[in-house]
This record gives sequence, C-alpha cells and structure tokens, in this order.
Amino acid sequence: MRINHTSVPVDDQQKALRFYTETLGFRVKHNIPLGEHAWITVVSEEAPEATELVLEPAEHPAIGPFRKALVEDGIPYTAFTVDDAAAEHERLVAKGVRFVQPPTDLGTVITAVFDDTCGNLIQIMEEKAQP
Amino acid sequence: MDIYRAIADRTRRAILDELVDRSGQSLFEICGRLIMKHGIGSSRQAISQHLDVLEAAGLIRTRREGRSKLHWFVGAPLRAIGERWPVSTDEDTSHSTDEDIEK
Repeated sequence: MRINHTSVPVDDQQKALRFYTETLGFRVKHNIPLGEHAWITVVSEEAPEATELVLEPAEHPAIGPFRKALVEDGIPYTAFTVDDAAAEHERLVAKGVRFVQPPTDLGTVITAVFDDTCGNLIQIMEEKAQP
Repeated sequence: MDIYRAIADRTRRAILDELVDRSGQSLFEICGRLIMKHGIGSSRQAISQHLDVLEAAGLIRTRREGRSKLHWFVGAPLRAIGERWPVSTDEDTSHSTDEDIEK
C-alpha cells in the first residue's frame, strides 16, 4: 500500500489549475475531462515522481461549512515542504499571493500560511537544520 | 472580566507575549506558537476560551481579514496598573529585578 495521491478541494478546477501551476509552480501530471469536472493532478517540479496532488471539485455541501470554519481559525488544509520559507514567501508575495501568516520561526520549523484563492489556506514548512 | 483575572494565568500571558511579537494572528498561529515556543499544548478550544477572556478584558481585539479571524494585542488597559501604582523616583529598587516576575 502506498500513498500516491492526496487532494485539496477547490471551488473552481480551472482557476485552481492556473494557481497551482502558474503561481505555485507545480506541473500538470493528469488532466482528464470527466463530464462536468476533470481528474486533475499536479506534481512538484522538484519531485515529479512523488505524490500527486488532486485538485478536487469542492462539490459536496458539507465542504463549504467545513472549509469556512478552517479558514476562520486560520487552519491550513494541507502543507507543502520548502527549502527556504523566507524565499518562497518573497517569491509568492511578488506574484500577488496573500499570506495570513508570514514566515514564523517555531524553533524546529519555519512556517507560513497563504490563501490559495480556491477556498483553502495552505501552509509551507521549512525544516530547520538541527545543530 | 477585569484585567487582573485576565493576566492571572500563564497561558494567557504567553498569548499576550506572542501577540506582542506579531500582531494579527489567527487561532491556528497562536496555538502553534504556544506549543512550539512555550510547550503549552492546550486544545484549540481551550485556547479559544482564553482568547475570549482576554477580549472581554479589553486586552485583545479581533478583526476579520479576508475570511479569517485575527487577533491583536491592546496594551492600553495595562497602563492603568502603572498609573494606579506608579514607581516612585525615591524608592529602593535594588532588590527587585525582572527575573522576580513570573512568566
């Protein structure tokens, strides 16, 4: 058993595809039309054979209130690992990304949280080198 | 809620410390700072209740930014303490240090 996919629910798949590729810099792995929606997955350019992120339509009525409550409390839906949180923050801010939490040193990690414009907050996490 | 009861709790004082460090934090960020920097692993629900106490005492205020609720420190109510019991210029302060004050 392997974990090959994980997903984020998105308000609009095409908008999400643009944000996750053009803004974040991921690469499309699959984009298969399936009726009203599509099976869209993206992967990291740094690790294209690693886990695929599914951009899943946020269709179910329960997802709305669930995500609203997460966003209200600033809770990220998922987290991505970065080498340099400060550099990523700077790069994404220059592209117009809104951060609800700038890079914050929490001892063993530096984290930041941004709005993916598709209904989720996303955390980036830099693991600090241990002395 | 009076400010004396509001600050008579270590977790609530730590929350204020973190909000002084950076204004405008979400509940998630506050909880992350408390566990990672102070070793305070209370539930989000418990921290939320502490925030309610601090807000009722006027020591924090909240504002929506986008769809997130953020928290700010408000220091004005604490000034009243210093005005009520001012440090006089002729008192002997040689025996008191900042280390005497419990975190």
